[in-house]
Amino acid sequence: MTDLTNLGIAALRDGVAKGDFTATEVATAFNAAVEAAQPALNAFIVTTPEKALEAAAKVDADRAAGNPLGTMAGVPIGMKDLFATKGTQTTAASKILEGFTPQYESTVSQKLWDAGAGMLGKLNLDQFAMGSSNETSAFGNVISPWRRPNDTAPLAPGGSSGGSSSAVAARIAPAATGTDTGGSIRQPAAFTGISGIKPTYGRCSRWGVVAFASSLDQAGAMAHDVTDCAIMLEAMAGFDPKDSTSLNLPVPAWTAGLNADMKGKKVGIPREYRLDGMDPDVAKSWDDGIAWMKDAGAEIVEISLPHTKYALPTYYIIAPAEASSNLARYDGVRYGLRDLPDGAGLQDMYAATRAAGFGPEVKRRIMIGTYVLSAGFYDAYYTQAQKVRTLIARDFTEAFQQVDVILVPTAPSSAFALGEKSADPLEMYLNDVFSVPASLAGLPAMSVPAGLDRSGLPLGLQVIGKAFDEQGVLNASLALEQRAQFTARPAKWW
Amino acid sequence: MSDYRIQGDTGEWEVVIGLEVHAQITTNAKLFSGAATAFGAEPNTQVSLVDAAMPGMLPVPNRECIRQAVRTGMAINAQINKWSRFDRKNYFYADLPQGYQISQLYHPIVGEGAIEIQLDDKNPDTKKTIGVERIHVEQDAGKLMHDQHPTMSYVDLNRSGVALMEIVSRPDMGSPAEAGAYLSKLRTILRFVGSCDGNMDQGSMRADVNVSVRKPGGELGTRTETKNVNSVRFVMAVVEQEAKRQVALIEDGGKVVQETRLYDPDRNETRSMRSKEDAHDYRYFPDPDLLPLELDDAFLEECRASLPELPDAKRERYETALGLSAYNANVLTADVETARWFEVLLAETAALAKKPEAEVAKQAANWLISELFGALNKLGASLETSPVSPAAGAELLALIADGTISGSIAKQVLEKMLETGDGAGVIVEREGLKQTSDTGAIEAAIDAILAANADKVEQYKGGKEALFGFFVGQTMKAMQGKANPGMVNELLKKKLS
Repeated sequence: MTDLTNLGIAALRDGVAKGDFTATEVATAFNAAVEAAQPALNAFIVTTPEKALEAAAKVDADRAAGNPLGTMAGVPIGMKDLFATKGTQTTAASKILEGFTPQYESTVSQKLWDAGAGMLGKLNLDQFAMGSSNETSAFGNVISPWRRPNDTAPLAPGGSSGGSSSAVAARIAPAATGTDTGGSIRQPAAFTGISGIKPTYGRCSRWGVVAFASSLDQAGAMAHDVTDCAIMLEAMAGFDPKDSTSLNLPVPAWTAGLNADMKGKKVGIPREYRLDGMDPDVAKSWDDGIAWMKDAGAEIVEISLPHTKYALPTYYIIAPAEASSNLARYDGVRYGLRDLPDGAGLQDMYAATRAAGFGPEVKRRIMIGTYVLSAGFYDAYYTQAQKVRTLIARDFTEAFQQVDVILVPTAPSSAFALGEKSADPLEMYLNDVFSVPASLAGLPAMSVPAGLDRSGLPLGLQVIGKAFDEQGVLNASLALEQRAQFTARPAKWW
Repeated sequence: MSDYRIQGDTGEWEVVIGLEVHAQITTNAKLFSGAATAFGAEPNTQVSLVDAAMPGMLPVPNRECIRQAVRTGMAINAQINKWSRFDRKNYFYADLPQGYQISQLYHPIVGEGAIEIQLDDKNPDTKKTIGVERIHVEQDAGKLMHDQHPTMSYVDLNRSGVALMEIVSRPDMGSPAEAGAYLSKLRTILRFVGSCDGNMDQGSMRADVNVSVRKPGGELGTRTETKNVNSVRFVMAVVEQEAKRQVALIEDGGKVVQETRLYDPDRNETRSMRSKEDAHDYRYFPDPDLLPLELDDAFLEECRASLPELPDAKRERYETALGLSAYNANVLTADVETARWFEVLLAETAALAKKPEAEVAKQAANWLISELFGALNKLGASLETSPVSPAAGAELLALIADGTISGSIAKQVLEKMLETGDGAGVIVEREGLKQTSDTGAIEAAIDAILAANADKVEQYKGGKEALFGFFVGQTMKAMQGKANPGMVNELLKKKLS
């Protein structure tokens, strides 16, 4: 039954529903795959095989009793350790939350359990979702299942949802939740040859998701392909009165609406994304995508998003500013780590706790955020960044008067080796250059695998859509997927 | 300007005062969570996951808190901002779980308004308008308890997240009396509106007092802010002490520093808490967890329609429509409970007398103010705890009006009512206090008294008319106070003529 782990959401669910195999068999197979891969990939912070089995047993019992089954019934998934899970440690990959066990379940994870999914474990990530390589986790790096040919150097699975991308690419989880603040679903998906969608800001409730940058954070789905992403996102999304920024809109039937025919659709190609010195393989992959879109019947329109070059600096002001405030609650007073040196007062406790609990990247962003919000700098940085953010959003609004979706690369390169960029934070930040603009504008965006570069590593293409038009994004992505015929898989070395 | 002056060695000084009043909004739930807000609950029993700032928790505005802030703004004729926004005020403290307070710095829900004060009821010239710059809505912090353990502090989060209105005045007050009058008037308005219970001893209302001094008409001086002053009396004391301290400091060659101070009521002095140099950089920015607050016309209309008659309008009506004196109208509208009590009394009294309210209003007002208040005071009670209900009061007033008892007997009856809780009619019946209009009995008593005081009768007839009062008193005494005073007068006059 080992080939069960090669199946995605739709195949597993349908197989369980038809009785080809039981949910318990599925959970057992994935639990074993997780256990076998964990020492090599370190994709999970904690594994919860009993949770996967428990959910599976319920699905099997429901099926036996003839009860209706959910859209994710019998599918065990990985849960990014940014989602609070009742009774299971939730850390955001930070020492400051080590041992923290929530008494509550995040809205998104609860919706997935309600749809019949089970939990394989809590997936590793960049600490507080801050990073693009999963090298900032306090629980060790996640290793990508991909390797360069004839090279055993460990590669980055992308970040911050690196545990998610590594697990899905290695087929130790058929799907995983991700969160995307500036590209944290799309870039890891691109690095590992899987699909990942970030919906419109507000589609998925942020309630119970450890906050990084509230105005940008958005949960999404990471899975084998576009259809699986549609199924999973449909289960995750929906209005939540507990989140003031949640969209009060019904969730469309995205899966039923999937349609790869792009006839009559216009696909925008923004000239500002064609950077000087662009990796030729990335440029070629983009050209492939354009050709596939034409092949699918779409009209290609060159567009301009003039403020694109300001997106990265804008993001690296707004996100740290919000983070510096969001992370103030980790103070050692009520939960998580407390470092109280002998004879220390309250201020000393704060300093010691936060010095010991936060990793260097988190500290860096708290410092940046504190700086840009401080008196005398606020207007020059934060206010200015908000203005630019408005302009970036307006660029998209204007572009979407001409086109239905926008096609760009997901990341400027394929996966890099661990340690390759971690010495220089700015170089690491540049990795987000293609993903950040859609985040700032709150738009739905998806990465799908497009092919391999010259070093045999996956490249992703990104489709950006209008606000609320996840369907358009999924459809265009499906058209790419059908033409990319991406079947490459990492060789199993673990 | 007020004519209040501090007399210094170098001459007179003016005082400039502004108040920032924090008023707890009367609601069952906190500003951004569903947790309860009852006063005096066991520590940490009114705390939601949001209030404790657990990871991933999000604030959701409580509509009732917003409504109360809008109604309050309307009550002081302030501009209501249909678009406002919440900001985070960032600082670390153990009673602030989020590490920031959600407040409104840049775009408050209520803008410019005004409150009218009058220092002397009888003198309209003492009327003064105090500007209100803004009202914004914000979260309260929790409470630290330092006296529970020798080396540790305890944190109680019951108040964490409770909704407050911060009502910021213009620096329009110039004396302790004006500051006190403003705070009292504000409290009265809040209690009328029902947006704050005004219980200053429970911390539902507290004031930050900004004081500076200057030479008359001169440049504004540097101000100090004395935090969390929790009574009208203390606010007046803070103004006085702080102004004197500043004058003395300046005249000694020193300089007032902008700083936060605390008031120590035991020593009646203010003390420095922290100076501007130690001031926090609060790094205010719009709270990204919350959308801007947008109020539609229907909501505003509902807020306006739900406003009760406000104290100024009520006082005006009491004077013009009910014919009450300015003093009585003022006393009766100084607190919402008094006005409410009076209006029930008035309605019941008018109903019993089958007369319009305007015809019985004076009688009801005088009785409430001079009789009931006095009696309750003696008992250490208030209207809210009064054993006599407005209906019972009306019954007593009816007995006076129809001549069943006299005013002096009414005092005794009231005492008995307060003592026993029985109705006036029952007491009058039981104690035989009915006023007598029995001409025969009164005449008999008069005859006896005139006979026993023949000398005084002679003197009276000889022109010492002041003795008439003596005869009345003696007659009433003989009748145990129950004789109808009008008849006594009439009969006495006849007999002595």
